[in-house]
Amino acid sequence: MELTSGPPWRAGAESLAAHRQRLGGLPSTAGPALIAELDESRLLGRGGAGFLTGRKWRAVAERANGGAMVLVNGAEGEPLSAKDRSLLTARPHLVIDGALLAARAVAAQDVLFYVGRDHHAALLALRRALAERPTDTAERVRVIEAPARYVAGEETAAVHFVTAGDARPLATPPRPFERGIGGRPTLVQNVETLARAALVARGRHGDTGLVTLSGAVHRSGVQEIAFESTLGEVVAATGAGVPSPAQAVLLGGYFGAWVAPDDVWALPLDPHSLRARGLAFGCGVVHLLAADACGVEATSRIMARLASESARQCGPCLFGLSAIAAASHRLATRAPEASDLERLHRWSGQLSGRGACKHPDGAVGLLRSALDLFAPDFAAHQRRRCVGAVAELGVA
Amino acid sequence: MGRTLAIDRIRCDGHGLCAELVPERITLDDWGFPIIAGGAVPIELLDNVRRAVDACPVLALRLRAEAGALVSRSATAPRPGA
Repeated sequence: MELTSGPPWRAGAESLAAHRQRLGGLPSTAGPALIAELDESRLLGRGGAGFLTGRKWRAVAERANGGAMVLVNGAEGEPLSAKDRSLLTARPHLVIDGALLAARAVAAQDVLFYVGRDHHAALLALRRALAERPTDTAERVRVIEAPARYVAGEETAAVHFVTAGDARPLATPPRPFERGIGGRPTLVQNVETLARAALVARGRHGDTGLVTLSGAVHRSGVQEIAFESTLGEVVAATGAGVPSPAQAVLLGGYFGAWVAPDDVWALPLDPHSLRARGLAFGCGVVHLLAADACGVEATSRIMARLASESARQCGPCLFGLSAIAAASHRLATRAPEASDLERLHRWSGQLSGRGACKHPDGAVGLLRSALDLFAPDFAAHQRRRCVGAVAELGVA
Repeated sequence: MGRTLAIDRIRCDGHGLCAELVPERITLDDWGFPIIAGGAVPIELLDNVRRAVDACPVLALRLRAEAGALVSRSATAPRPGA
């Protein structure tokens, strides 16, 4: 049983009646048994961190004392990801079921849906779906529109926004599972994870994941993949192969990594196989860089975006990412300063773990993978040349 | 029991007094923000580290027991979440 089972997603939101007819009503399993089922399924979180879901629910349940809260995270600030909004638009009742089950498991009365304010179709589908539910459900639930910022989906930023209207991450500890909204233990869980939990509770969980394909593919968009599928198989499924061979694959998100296609084309796209190779599934972003594109330019654009999305609370992130973006841009436009490439190498080793959240870590992780994979391109750009397929004479 | 030096990265404004007081453990990056050596603070440096905790103008430093429990924080620092 998969998230894409049932009517096609492009047909719009599945109604409550159709949802119940297809999948049955909300399971009546008690909280501890729900957590045990999640443990056995080994369901991993799908927001990006890939944490064991059962363990996360237990951590909140143990601290709950009746005052816990559930925050359903549909902020999806990652530019290359569309899976969460697509899922909410097509299967809002699965997500609502998952949220209610989570609330039961952690003995939470209040459930908050935190959905990106630009995700209009998802917000509409969610609100309509909640209106189909009985009043006692609707009374426990609030829909909050998340700011359209990259870090707004970080769990402490989400908590901070709900508590104080400020979507900037907080220093940790404490993490939300200990002290979150209004100081209460808060389960912050991604919408896809909750939808899958709702299937696990019905004994209907398969080994699949949602990915968002983009870049040099015939048809970009959200796909559900079996985890045993390889990247090559997933890309082939979008059409008759790729328009031209990709020179690089961005895996995970802007906080992920560039990898060589040869290294991953035959690799199963599941979190465990990727982790064994030092890669991360992240939030399921798979972006192919065309053979005739420039890896330095593509990386420079990502660095600029990540720098602009800094919450600007911590010096190393604010100044470090800004400096990285500036040097990347100079390199990309082949007008670098003499030590720009050397600076990128130095700064990429200096920023991890030095912000309140993992934003700088994600940025330098991406940068380090770029400096590695596109080493010849960066070296050429430092000499004011480009060795991309569209090779040109350098400008003196 | 060992002590570790923890920093609130949001409070830190890069004043740099900590690096002056404990250069053996703290250096400054290109923008004046502290890079703090990890692990337990050597006993012979504990006095200077405590001075750094007290001297930080924005109360960003904390001394923790190795298991993570708080040992010392400037008394006027507001509690997190308050």
